Amino acid sequence: MAKTSRYRCSLLSLLFVEMASAAEMPLNMTQGVTDISQRVYDLHMTIFYICCAIGLVVFGAMFWAILHHRKAKGVQPAQFHESTRVEILWTAIPVFILIIMAIPATKTLIAMEDTTDAEVTVLVTGSQWKWHYKYLDYPVEFYSLLATPQKQISNKIAKGENYLLEVDRPLVIPTGKKVRFLTTSDDVIHSWWVPAFAVKKDANPGFINESWAKVNEPGIYRGQCAELCGKDHGFMPVVVVAKEPAEFDAWIKEQADIQAKAKAAEQELLAMNMSMDEAMALGEKTYLGYCAACHQAGGGGLPGAFPALKGSKMATTAEGKAAHIDIVLNGKAGTAMQAFGKQLTLQEIAAVITYERNAWDNNTGDLIQAAEIHAAKTGKKE
Amino acid sequence: MSTVTHDHDTAHHGEHHHHAPSGLKRWLYTTNHKDIGTLYLLFALTMFFIGGAMAMVIRAELFQPGLQLVQADFFNQMTTVHGLIMVFGAVMPAFTGLANWLIPMMIGAPDMALPRMNNWSFWILPFAFAILLASLFMEGGGPGFGWTFYAPLSTKYSGDSTALFVFSVHIMGISSIMGAINVIVTIFNLRAPGMTWMKMPLFVWTWLITAFLLIAVMPVLAGTVTMVLTDKYFGTSFFDAAGGGDPVLFQHIFWFFGHPEVYIMILPAFGIVSSIVPTFARKPLFGYASMVYATSSIALLSFLVWAHHMFTTGMPVFAELFFMYCTMLIAVPTGVKVFNWVATMWKGAMTFEVPMMFALAFIVLFTIGGFSGLMLAITPADFQYHDTYFVVAHFHYVLVTGAIFSIIAAAYYWLPKWTGHMYDETLGQWHFWCSLISVNMLFFPMHFVGLAGMPRRIPDYALQFADFNAFISIGGFAFGLSQLLFVWVLVKCIKGGEKATDQVWEGAEGLEWTLSSPPPYHSFTTPPEVK
Repeated sequence: MAKTSRYRCSLLSLLFVEMASAAEMPLNMTQGVTDISQRVYDLHMTIFYICCAIGLVVFGAMFWAILHHRKAKGVQPAQFHESTRVEILWTAIPVFILIIMAIPATKTLIAMEDTTDAEVTVLVTGSQWKWHYKYLDYPVEFYSLLATPQKQISNKIAKGENYLLEVDRPLVIPTGKKVRFLTTSDDVIHSWWVPAFAVKKDANPGFINESWAKVNEPGIYRGQCAELCGKDHGFMPVVVVAKEPAEFDAWIKEQADIQAKAKAAEQELLAMNMSMDEAMALGEKTYLGYCAACHQAGGGGLPGAFPALKGSKMATTAEGKAAHIDIVLNGKAGTAMQAFGKQLTLQEIAAVITYERNAWDNNTGDLIQAAEIHAAKTGKKE
Repeated sequence: MSTVTHDHDTAHHGEHHHHAPSGLKRWLYTTNHKDIGTLYLLFALTMFFIGGAMAMVIRAELFQPGLQLVQADFFNQMTTVHGLIMVFGAVMPAFTGLANWLIPMMIGAPDMALPRMNNWSFWILPFAFAILLASLFMEGGGPGFGWTFYAPLSTKYSGDSTALFVFSVHIMGISSIMGAINVIVTIFNLRAPGMTWMKMPLFVWTWLITAFLLIAVMPVLAGTVTMVLTDKYFGTSFFDAAGGGDPVLFQHIFWFFGHPEVYIMILPAFGIVSSIVPTFARKPLFGYASMVYATSSIALLSFLVWAHHMFTTGMPVFAELFFMYCTMLIAVPTGVKVFNWVATMWKGAMTFEVPMMFALAFIVLFTIGGFSGLMLAITPADFQYHDTYFVVAHFHYVLVTGAIFSIIAAAYYWLPKWTGHMYDETLGQWHFWCSLISVNMLFFPMHFVGLAGMPRRIPDYALQFADFNAFISIGGFAFGLSQLLFVWVLVKCIKGGEKATDQVWEGAEGLEWTLSSPPPYHSFTTPPEVK
């Protein structure tokens, strides 16, 4: 008996308590934080109300007829079946309503597409399955990856508050300034979407699209890739942090310094050697961040789609080593294998190749250092 | 052994009519419009359940956040193949099946004009779908790039199942084109004396226009898949910027097919509803001529609106405005149709048998799909709606509660004519009410989920969407189960039941109702006179 009532309770909670907590989900389009997003919202509501009004009239007439003009009431059917006047009327009225709708829509659209006089420009590049941001006015660029741990996705640990909507490095932009986004892609078509800015623009490989936002309030704004881009399409969120201009300036200066220092340090690192343990630790971290989406955490790949590294000829034989370094650096044309030479540091590449050649019983014993990668990279160029 | 079989066959030949071999051969060799119509309808029903099973996998995975049942790439294959099967395997063959059964009976013809081609256009379909379904079992899985197969995801970045996908789409296209040619030739040549253009039943009119749309756009689809094939395997660069191509070109070509395709799936539905509403309102269809003109205008406009699927691809403002205006304009002839149906009901003497219930649900729910379509036409708002569940809600309202509800309505409406038995009205009403409630639980909340920002085609989602998705999934399972009732009704009606009269429905008018129930094997051997 107790069991049944508990069961009943959980059913009830499924229906009601769960519904109550659904209040967290907004039921309508966001009004956003830009003037444009507010106009889009107003436009959306206007059309919605017009549709409701039309629906009320049409369905009202229909249900009136259903209630009153039924055989059960003993009515005799009328036999009228045409009226040119009525037909003209209900062609003309909708045309008039549509014109009323089209005027604000046209004005808003023209305002949205005016990308002139931008104060900050960011190049947004999509790739399977991450975003890359490059500030064209500052020497700052970085990749932005999903930060939700794999264990949350596979239900091994509890999900965090911003499950699937969190990244390791968000894009940072200033408030009150017109920020222009140039969107493109390294591989398939992606779509960069931030609902709070009413900006959704496809990232087409080989072409550059423009959009812009002038954010009124500082805050963290979350969105997602909106165009199906392959396996992990659902796992490449967009996070934008809007900061006051002064804070933004400080942040971007700091980032520029860090990136300049990292570049200098990389040259120094060429002379230094990692131990096997260091290389394996860094390699595993890099592998899980960049490689595991396709080649899988266990190195087994997905047969027919993504090749296995575990036990593969390239990753287990001495002859395969040069090709292994080459494919990680330069990618493989015509496949999803990207050129990681420009995405990762020399040390990370050295570590990840070391990892791939020693993990999962590959056991080659090879320890690759940054200098070797540097040689392969520059040797290729010259 | 073979002699015995031969004797056996000959013995059976004697018993049957001269035209019909027995057993499986009857169905394989048949050139009869009713047999082929039945084959198409049963095939569509089978595909509806296979595609539906995939939808159940999708909804089960989306029941809770996190990845539980399937992995992301298999999820993508499910959404892709679900879409392809429902569009090309369920809705289109069901309409072709109805055309086969009904057009000769409605225009007073003995059969379709090209009976052997009719046989072929059906019998290549099972092979097309066998190939498509088989691709799911390939190494690397089946196509996972969405039913819209945008390049370069479907070219450079797809698995080798793409080749099977392309081949199967080619076969589906050939089948559709042959079916369309047959419809056009039949309507042009086999109408009974006195059946002038403006006396044709609206189902015949809408199918005639649909057939022209099919002939216009199916070759475009064939061209698109061929370009995908050569880009992937033969080194061309139609859709690759590195070789001078353009990935957005793919979308222009695809949607030049894709948008008229949408109307291919809804115009025959308009014809069905225009047949059913006057019957049960016991009053002639209001505005017959304006219905014909509205259908034609929708068909013509359908060639001018394709890029409204592509507002976010980065088009010039001028193009965005042009496609926004043209798209909004489609609301006018569509509105005229809805107004005419309501005017037909006005001051009628209505009864509410199952076909009428589905037709009424069609009018309301299709119009809701039309409203969300109008909202989607508004380009600035489309930037927010595009590729979210709002779009998923929109096209399922027009395709499930639109196209599929009309097909179910048609099945109930003409089933007594086809089988000679009345279907079970109580079971049918149960089927209707279960479907109506569950389909709205399934698709209506998707509007809210989409507006709140959930993208489509994702296997996992942020926690805020969890409760709505659980609710939607329950609606989905209930809708799937409700359709088993439909099979029960069908089986029961085919096996037996109350004998149907020739006219079947009190208010039914048209040549098909002058034939016996079930009708003779060759519908009209001597043409009837139409006054």
